[in-house]
Amino acid sequence: MIQTEESVAGTNEPREAAREIAVVIRGLSKIYQQGEIDVTALDNISLDIARGEFLALMGPSGSGKSTLLHIIAGIDRPTRGECRVQNIDVTRLNESELADWRNQQVGFVFQTFNLIPVLSAYENVELPLLLTRLGSKERRARVGTALELVGLSDRQKHLPRQLSGGQEQRVAIARALVTDPSLIVADEPTGNLDSHSAHEVLSILQTLSRQANKTVIMVTHDPKAAAFASRSIHLEKGELIR
Amino acid sequence: MNIGTFVVKNAFRNRRRAALSILSVAASLFLFVTLLVALREITIPPETVGAATRIVVRSRISLANLLPARQRSVIEKIPGVEAVSPFSWFGGKYQDETHMTFAQFAVDPEKFDIIFTEGKTSPDQMAAFKADRTACIVGKLTANRYHLKIGDRISLASTVYPCTLELKVAAFYSGTIDDRNMMFHDKYLDEAASAKGWIGTWWVKTKSIEDMPRVIAAINKAFANSSAEVRAETERAFQLNFVSMWGNIKILVHSLCSVVVFTLLLVSASTMSMAIRERFRELAVLKALGFRRRELFGFILAESFGLAALGGLFGIGGAWLLYTYGSITAMTDGIFVSFEVTPRIMGQAAAIAAGLGIAASIAPSISVARMSVVTGLKTLD
Repeated sequence: MIQTEESVAGTNEPREAAREIAVVIRGLSKIYQQGEIDVTALDNISLDIARGEFLALMGPSGSGKSTLLHIIAGIDRPTRGECRVQNIDVTRLNESELADWRNQQVGFVFQTFNLIPVLSAYENVELPLLLTRLGSKERRARVGTALELVGLSDRQKHLPRQLSGGQEQRVAIARALVTDPSLIVADEPTGNLDSHSAHEVLSILQTLSRQANKTVIMVTHDPKAAAFASRSIHLEKGELIR
Repeated sequence: MNIGTFVVKNAFRNRRRAALSILSVAASLFLFVTLLVALREITIPPETVGAATRIVVRSRISLANLLPARQRSVIEKIPGVEAVSPFSWFGGKYQDETHMTFAQFAVDPEKFDIIFTEGKTSPDQMAAFKADRTACIVGKLTANRYHLKIGDRISLASTVYPCTLELKVAAFYSGTIDDRNMMFHDKYLDEAASAKGWIGTWWVKTKSIEDMPRVIAAINKAFANSSAEVRAETERAFQLNFVSMWGNIKILVHSLCSVVVFTLLLVSASTMSMAIRERFRELAVLKALGFRRRELFGFILAESFGLAALGGLFGIGGAWLLYTYGSITAMTDGIFVSFEVTPRIMGQAAAIAAGLGIAASIAPSISVARMSVVTGLKTLD
């Protein structure tokens, strides 16, 4: 399950683990067809991301940062190139394998939270666990821990509409964490939040990276948000510029 | 939470739409069941123990052609025949009614209770009916409808014969499959209409079921090549021939049923498509979380099937309750005396509800299967 601050305290395990490469990208390109015109979203990107790293992907709109995030997360496919996450080339998995892999290895945090409106905070967090073989008791324990980590134990029965934007995003983070994935991808996670809530959300992501050794990849326009990351890279017109 | 809870919560997320969807399915299936039951009641011939030993003899040319009364003695002499009675359609209108609400027949009162054994009448009333030439025996449903009492006098103006009959209510009967008819003395009709020597049909009672084929053959043979050839057949065959005249009604009812089902399919498919289109982003999120196509298809199918099944339950169940425990005679002003929602009809309607649930989920499922996560997220972003 998720390693909390206490569980790793006093060890240098996260720092050592950070040296391991979690994501290897080589020669990755993505070309969209818009009518008869080819639009290059990503152009021959190569990149390594270490385990436990908090990486900010920055760049102007249309620079390809979300496309890169989607390919790493296994919800989009490149035109060519290789993308290995924890030694698995996700570009070679079929739809069904990819779905299983996402469920086990990837946690998603979206700009618009994307919680299911008819489900309570608890049920939203429990949703990815319905695909696992865990019994209800263990599911309950995991959901409880995930909500506790984001500080929402007292909001379990609330529907998304009864929560503030910051709380919704924290529920979304709990949902991303509950399957104990190695990779957390966040697409503009603070785009719809006020500065206070944004700070809370970014702190949680930072904690997950630093103390639970999760690899966090975040797309953002905001330099203040990127400052929480351990590394920032910039894309422009589909190319990695630094 | 489990998958079932998730499906139910999704299905009822828009309660008004879910309720309207269920109601539309329920109303359509109620109508479907009603049409099929009505068709069945119109076209299914009666099957009673008594009918098994009854033969109907009619003119070979047409049911409308009368038969000579002299045929009776010939039929009575055929071995295996127990009783013979004329059975002549009078076609009378009661009081000021513009149309006929119950049938009247001129019969031989002495043979009537021998041939029609299903009807229950008190011996006193039966004796009174036989004793008075102007007496009639009335089915309980008709008697109740017009609040008739023993001793009442009623007047019937015939649309077939040039006469009006004044009849005295002497007896009531019940226990047959259609307790609406009225019977009176054939001799009274002979006198009033100057129709002596002619009757509508002969109804013959045989001594046993085994006698039936032989008696039928003998009757047909007896009048072959005569001026009044006959067609003798079992009561069931007669009824089947009679209802075959409803052929166009059958086509009409089946056409209506098809229209009901097709319209329902369009409405359900449209409702499901709308419900799913509104949730494209959520479904994309579910895909991102690891739900596969088959699981999403399962959700959509379960939701669609569940709503259709609920609609079916209310529609079919409602029809069954209404027609089983309600008074169909009162509801239809006496046009129908029974309205049986048979297991077969319920099964047909349930199959339609199930098919509907499945069919309505196909188009949304295909679009969800084709949708990529990125497209789903972008579409509504």
